[in-house]
Amino acid sequence: MKPFTYEKASSPAQAATAVARERGAKFIAGGTNLLDLMKIEVEAPPHLVDINGLGLDAIAPTDEGGLRVGALVRNTDLAADARIRRDYGLLTRALVAGASGQLRNKATTAGNLLQRTRCPYFYDTHQACNKRLPGSGCAALGGFSRSHAIVGVSNACIAVHPSDMAVAMRALDAAVETVKPDGTTRRIPIADFYKLPGSTPHVENVLAAAELITAVTLPKPVGGTHVYHKVRDRASYAFALVSVAAVLQPDGSGRVALGGVAPMPWRVEAAEANLPKGAKAVTSSLLAGARTTPQNAMKVALVERTLGAVIADAGA
Amino acid sequence: MKFDTPATTNPIDRLKVIGQPHDRIDGPLKTTGTAHYAYERHDAVPNHVYGYIVPATIAKGRVVNIDTATARRAPGVLAIVTAKEAGPLTKGQYNTAKLLGGPEVQHYHQALAVVVAETFEEARAAAGLVRVDYARSPGAFDLAAAKGRAVKPEDGQPDTAVGDFAGAFASAPVTLDAMYTTPDQSHAMMEPHATIAAWEGDKLTLWTANQMIHWGKGDVAKTLGLPPDNVRLVSPYIGGGFGGKLFVRADAILAALGAKAAGRPVAVALPRPVMFNNTTHRPATIQRIRIGATPDGKITAIGHESWSGDLPGGGPETAVQQTRLLYAGANRMTATRLATLDLPEGNAMRAPGEASGLMALEIAMDEMAEKLKLDPVDFRVRNDTQEDPEKPGRRFSQRNFVQCMRKGAEQFGWSKRSATPGKMRDGAWLVGMGVASAFRNNLVMKSGARVRLGTDGRATVETDMTDIGTGSYTIIAQTAAEMLGLPLSQVSVVLGDSSFPVSSGSGGQWGGNSSTAGVYAACVKLREAIAGALGMDAASAVFDDGKVSAGGRSVPIAEAAKSGEIVAEDSMEYGDLEKTFQQSTFGAHFVEVAVHAATGEIRVRRMLAVCAAGRILNPKSARSQVIGAMTMGVGAALMEDLYVDKRLGFFVNHDLAGYEVPVHADIPHQEVIFLDEADPVSSPMKAKGVGELGLCGVAAAIANAVYNATGVRVRDYPVTLDKLLDRLPTV
Ligand SMILES: Cc1cc2nc3c(=O)[nH]c(=O)nc-3n(C[C@H](O)[C@H](O)[C@H](O)COP(=O)(O)OP(=O)(O)OC[C@H]3O[C@@H](n4cnc5c(N)ncnc54)[C@H](O)[C@@H]3O)c2cc1C
Ligand code: SF4
Repeated sequence: MKPFTYEKASSPAQAATAVARERGAKFIAGGTNLLDLMKIEVEAPPHLVDINGLGLDAIAPTDEGGLRVGALVRNTDLAADARIRRDYGLLTRALVAGASGQLRNKATTAGNLLQRTRCPYFYDTHQACNKRLPGSGCAALGGFSRSHAIVGVSNACIAVHPSDMAVAMRALDAAVETVKPDGTTRRIPIADFYKLPGSTPHVENVLAAAELITAVTLPKPVGGTHVYHKVRDRASYAFALVSVAAVLQPDGSGRVALGGVAPMPWRVEAAEANLPKGAKAVTSSLLAGARTTPQNAMKVALVERTLGAVIADAGA
Repeated sequence: MKFDTPATTNPIDRLKVIGQPHDRIDGPLKTTGTAHYAYERHDAVPNHVYGYIVPATIAKGRVVNIDTATARRAPGVLAIVTAKEAGPLTKGQYNTAKLLGGPEVQHYHQALAVVVAETFEEARAAAGLVRVDYARSPGAFDLAAAKGRAVKPEDGQPDTAVGDFAGAFASAPVTLDAMYTTPDQSHAMMEPHATIAAWEGDKLTLWTANQMIHWGKGDVAKTLGLPPDNVRLVSPYIGGGFGGKLFVRADAILAALGAKAAGRPVAVALPRPVMFNNTTHRPATIQRIRIGATPDGKITAIGHESWSGDLPGGGPETAVQQTRLLYAGANRMTATRLATLDLPEGNAMRAPGEASGLMALEIAMDEMAEKLKLDPVDFRVRNDTQEDPEKPGRRFSQRNFVQCMRKGAEQFGWSKRSATPGKMRDGAWLVGMGVASAFRNNLVMKSGARVRLGTDGRATVETDMTDIGTGSYTIIAQTAAEMLGLPLSQVSVVLGDSSFPVSSGSGGQWGGNSSTAGVYAACVKLREAIAGALGMDAASAVFDDGKVSAGGRSVPIAEAAKSGEIVAEDSMEYGDLEKTFQQSTFGAHFVEVAVHAATGEIRVRRMLAVCAAGRILNPKSARSQVIGAMTMGVGAALMEDLYVDKRLGFFVNHDLAGYEVPVHADIPHQEVIFLDEADPVSSPMKAKGVGELGLCGVAAAIANAVYNATGVRVRDYPVTLDKLLDRLPTV
């Protein structure tokens, strides 16, 4: 770990200004991802701005009939909120499928969206990794790639975005609210929030430097049956090999988003029209153009089969 | 004391304290955080500083340049030791690769330097500033590719043969010839390797985490060129080892070198991400099994070959061991081959040999039973043998294997298993049952102890035996209490200090029986001294209820020590009973699994182990050993797999997020039954090991249950869903 300085922000806008002031400075929320990465020098911010205690931890109704979830709402509190459990069950299910109870007590809504990949070469600072060190290459291509992405990948990076929560957020059409150092705010639909790796896998989302997430909004509830099926080798405390988040309506229509297959939560709205035709039809358009390795090629079948199980579950 | 004839009746047989399910006497310390582990010995070493290791980041080659200048100027840095500063070091007897590498690099994450600084954070930050330039050499990292070049290992018995295996196999009416693989596995124990080292002149004390104090003392001395008497190891509490702490590792040597250079005591712990490639692991195997049988299920030919790899000078995974002893059959062969690989050092992990060997053999037995249309329990029972199949006439000292199988089948509801796979369903889940034999030899090791009877009538046992979470403290206290007729509360046990008598140490599941036998020997001596002090006849004196009675007199035991503590020391040594008797432990594992019909997710539902392992010294701690081992077996079956990057030559998933071991949610209802046994051939304790037996066969029972659930036979561990997917029912 490299030495760093630390300050506690006094307001969201001040936090953004403080991060903007020093090159490489970062916000720290729960710290469950950032501190781990700092200890092994994958991240080495010279300055940390603590955004806890700024009042960004409330869940409140919006004028549109949805909910505004503060950026610092803990994963545990979000999952347990009665309104979330009632109207956005998908989100609760995705959250409790992630990490462990202790981690969820610390982890925040914004931090979860921004957590970094779990590619093992990204974690080993002595290996080539374009995401960690742009231009150094990608050790996962031709190496260990069982847990890696099959869609949205590039020659530069095949890492997955590991979040469960983000997959549910994507299916629920959430939006990210931010404030920049100059005080301007904006609202970014989650569909536009993440970036594919292309030739710049170190750029993972559209946030500008020092732009602070203040909240994530959920639109009006859409009803339906909410299923989150996370598939992994062990029963808990592991990232998804694949996960399927689905909101299925009685008329057979619905929404589907995938985790564990792409550098971002993966949703192809056009594919959802195929839901009445079944899992195979949906999967072939969801995963169209998949680029697999021998180790992760099984994810194509796994997505189809998991989606099949999810549809069956929802019908049952 | 020498043990060379089977035990007769002795005070242990009273079973007033021994054999009782006493809570661990170290339990309250562990649960209140007051059992201090090596890295936490601030009480013993108040002014220590911290060392952080710099690991090699290539698999094979040479260090061209190591630049420590920037690191030396970093805040808090007191010293940096590389191979150059350390000067010549001798490799320890039990190490294959050097613990401090450079200029030659033998494996990924081999330590190249230790950076010592005032604080942990300063040491870690400065270690990040050491720049190393390498010249890489090509290496061999792929066992399958190196298999053809594998050779007969120099030690052990690489080839065994009885009868005419080839002829009998060729003419057998029913045969199986199959290949199996097991991956590299990591011990992944809770407590990382850690040491605090302090010098006083040329005398060195190491507070460390080590299973085998005497081996450790010898190897520290050898490595550093010190007289053994100048080295003291202290290791009273160990947060798990599983064989990973049998040997001295880089933490101990680098703490010692760092402390010498800094002139201050130094604490070094291996960071978790470095443990997987820096330390030892259970080597991967490729195994071929051939079995021939008559239509009524009698094995006529059994052959087991195993290939594994290690660094030059290393040894093989002896995966064929159990096949020499487990089943009958007149014609047999085994072969062990060793390839040179430049991966990190392979070595013992819990039940070395048998754990890997049974993973293959017990699937083969399941396959064979199916070919024979026999129930897998029945097939195993039909091939029981009461004598060493390689040396007819040499009997097992005790072998209740068939009883384990039968008892387990009954208890588990085995009769409900469908012989045809893929037939049992519970909603979305396919359900199946599997069985496997458990087998592990019972090893005995010389072990010593000192026992003191204090003036207050309390007994204190001192031995360099270790407690790696197994319950040694408790069974040793129970032994002394039984021998001296004292309540458990009147006995103290002090362990893990090389200034105490040399014990068996903890390894190879020999520790429980051997270390308590050593305490028994010392207690016999102490009883003589006590009887003498009381003017009683030692042979007829009865020690019970805190009193010693003989010749119509009965006096409190404390009387004997009223004018001063009485001390006795002895050890138990073993004769050649193994020439007449084969000593092994036996068991049967039964497992029920559910496999998601769509996704292939595998979840264990129920587990039962039945063990025949001699006298159970403490049913509670023994049960804990077995359920822990069963849990480890779930890991071996379903997830544990050090992924080898065959281009770069290292284990890629080198942290606990990447190297998955079971979590609570993976472990269902577990039940353990111990058969009521006492084996007089093992020692006066009549006990054997259980800690490794509990692991042996578990993974195969799970693999067999997955087959029974799905009809998909997986011969390559771990059994993960991707290996099932294309053969599961269509959704
Ligand atoms: C062992 C382990 C297992 C895990 N398993 C899972 C799992 O199964 N599924 C899963 O989804 N997750 C899992 N996680 C990840 C966990 O969900 C994340 O670590 C957590 O959500 C991150 O939140 P945090 O608040 O701690 O973020 P931090 O670590 O504080 O921050 C993460 C990043 O976000 C930035 N950031 C934080 N808040 C803001 C903000 N408001 N605006 C702008 N930038 C911000 C920080 O600068 C940093 O770069 C696991 C983590 C661990 C350690
Ligand atoms: S997949 Fe991405 S994160 Fe992994 S090594 Fe390649 S570039 Fe780095």
